Amino acid sequence: MTLQEVLDSVLNFSHYGELLPLFRDSLIAGAVLGLVGGLIGTFVMMRDLAFAVHGIAELSFAGAAFALLIGADVILGSLVGSVLAALLLGVMGVRARDKNSIIGVIMPFGLGLGILFLSLYQGRAANKFGLLTGQIVSVDNTQLSLLVGTAVVVVAALLAIWRPLTFASADPDIAQARGVPVRALSLIFMFLLGISVALSIQIVGALLVLALVITPAAAALLVTSAPGKVVLLSITFAVISTVGGILLALGGRIPISPYVTTLSFGIYLTCRVLGRRRRRAGHSGRLATTADAPSA
Amino acid sequence: MPQTVVSLQQASLRFGDRTLWDNLDLEIRAGEFFAVLGPNGSGKTSLLKVLLGLQPLSGGTVEVGGEPARRGSRHIGYVPQQKSFDPDTPLRARDLVGLGLDGHRWGLRLKGRAHHERVDELLAKVGATPYANVPVGLLSGGEQQRLRVAQALATDPDVLLCDEALLSLDLNHQRAVSRLVSEQSRTGSSAVVFVTHEINPIIDYVDRVLYLADGRFRVGTPEEVMTTDVLSDLYRTHVEVLHTNGRIVVVGLPDATTHGHGEEHQ
Repeated sequence: MTLQEVLDSVLNFSHYGELLPLFRDSLIAGAVLGLVGGLIGTFVMMRDLAFAVHGIAELSFAGAAFALLIGADVILGSLVGSVLAALLLGVMGVRARDKNSIIGVIMPFGLGLGILFLSLYQGRAANKFGLLTGQIVSVDNTQLSLLVGTAVVVVAALLAIWRPLTFASADPDIAQARGVPVRALSLIFMFLLGISVALSIQIVGALLVLALVITPAAAALLVTSAPGKVVLLSITFAVISTVGGILLALGGRIPISPYVTTLSFGIYLTCRVLGRRRRRAGHSGRLATTADAPSA
Repeated sequence: MPQTVVSLQQASLRFGDRTLWDNLDLEIRAGEFFAVLGPNGSGKTSLLKVLLGLQPLSGGTVEVGGEPARRGSRHIGYVPQQKSFDPDTPLRARDLVGLGLDGHRWGLRLKGRAHHERVDELLAKVGATPYANVPVGLLSGGEQQRLRVAQALATDPDVLLCDEALLSLDLNHQRAVSRLVSEQSRTGSSAVVFVTHEINPIIDYVDRVLYLADGRFRVGTPEEVMTTDVLSDLYRTHVEVLHTNGRIVVVGLPDATTHGHGEEHQ
């Protein structure tokens, strides 16, 4: 393969105008999943659950592979797998350290199960690969409604528990004393996270979910600490990554995930540079007349 | 006479066959600075949980602000031990204080402006205005504790309940925070209940102490309780209490190793 051919298969904009309408559903799905990923990602960062997201994704993959094997709906299979995994983590891992070891234990198990189911599956190879690396291009009308419907539920639930969840994530002891149901919120959040991970897998695949759920929020945190701005930026970054990734992938022959992850990574790097420059300029938000020394 | 804000009657707490305290009668009034002292495992933290409504009594009754203690009561403001925030926590000082106002409410905040003004008021009260917009992860331990005081004051509580709130702060910040807390008992209509194993940082402000040790307790002014006789009796072994320079040093505690910040106990 010559370099030109490689480039053609990576970026190819011929017949773009004709292709674009065919991908309308995919673009909508991409935007919606970006919204969910960016939104839930801020809490994932606050609650230090990046590793958990990865573990949930592997079990979600196992669920999807099983659904593929028995001919059930793949999205449904991945939803069941990841919600079960998320709730398991929510119930078992109270402390962060426990949680990490439990994730370390269930993650390879899930991946192993998924590989087993895929090996038994006799259908198209593209379906197999798609579970790990993303397959949004194949989204059909019923799947789109399922995706959008589920996303609406997740977003509405997150908005409803927004303040107590922030309180419980930032300072569980005080939140508990103030009557916030910390434990119940943690379970509800894990449930929502499970759903979000399953949805994200439809775009970027099980291996690359972090690019949609972690990277945008992490990038946003580098440039601001104001909660509202963090959420808006995180969503914007995630939507740019998904929609932009799909638009770039249209003409080529490659799955969309490399485009999504590259965009998302590029945004992260940019934010790192901006964040460093901001800090170097001493931009902490502190007023010049710092009464740092206690007046006593 | 100021109103009673904390009242324990015939209160007792047992875990299995271990009695932490028994027949505890206690009335704390508005304007009082009340210290709860004692070694680790003496039931200080459990008493605090009882007041917060997180731990039911084995016997007797407990009232805070005129009603039975319950979780999430607006009558009580809670300031825990200093615990650092992750540097990239997406909260600024004002957001942390804001959580004290409405962090327990469901849904999104609607009255943004009123909320903002109330937060400004609370920040000013604890002298945190200069760093109102600084991310909490970039603040010093002392600054974070001031914010926690502001957060605890958000509901205009009858009782400000501090749990080892000065631990891991340097001396200057200990002074500043304890003074800030004491202002609540002096000027406000609220009482301060300060749980600590170390009385010296707050000695200038304390009106009365409850000393818990070994299943027994004593209530009174520091002069009455912090004496060789009383503490020897509580600990059932001879301990020496020395008063020097306005500070109190207890020598010969049976489990001195559990006293962590032991420099005052040497």
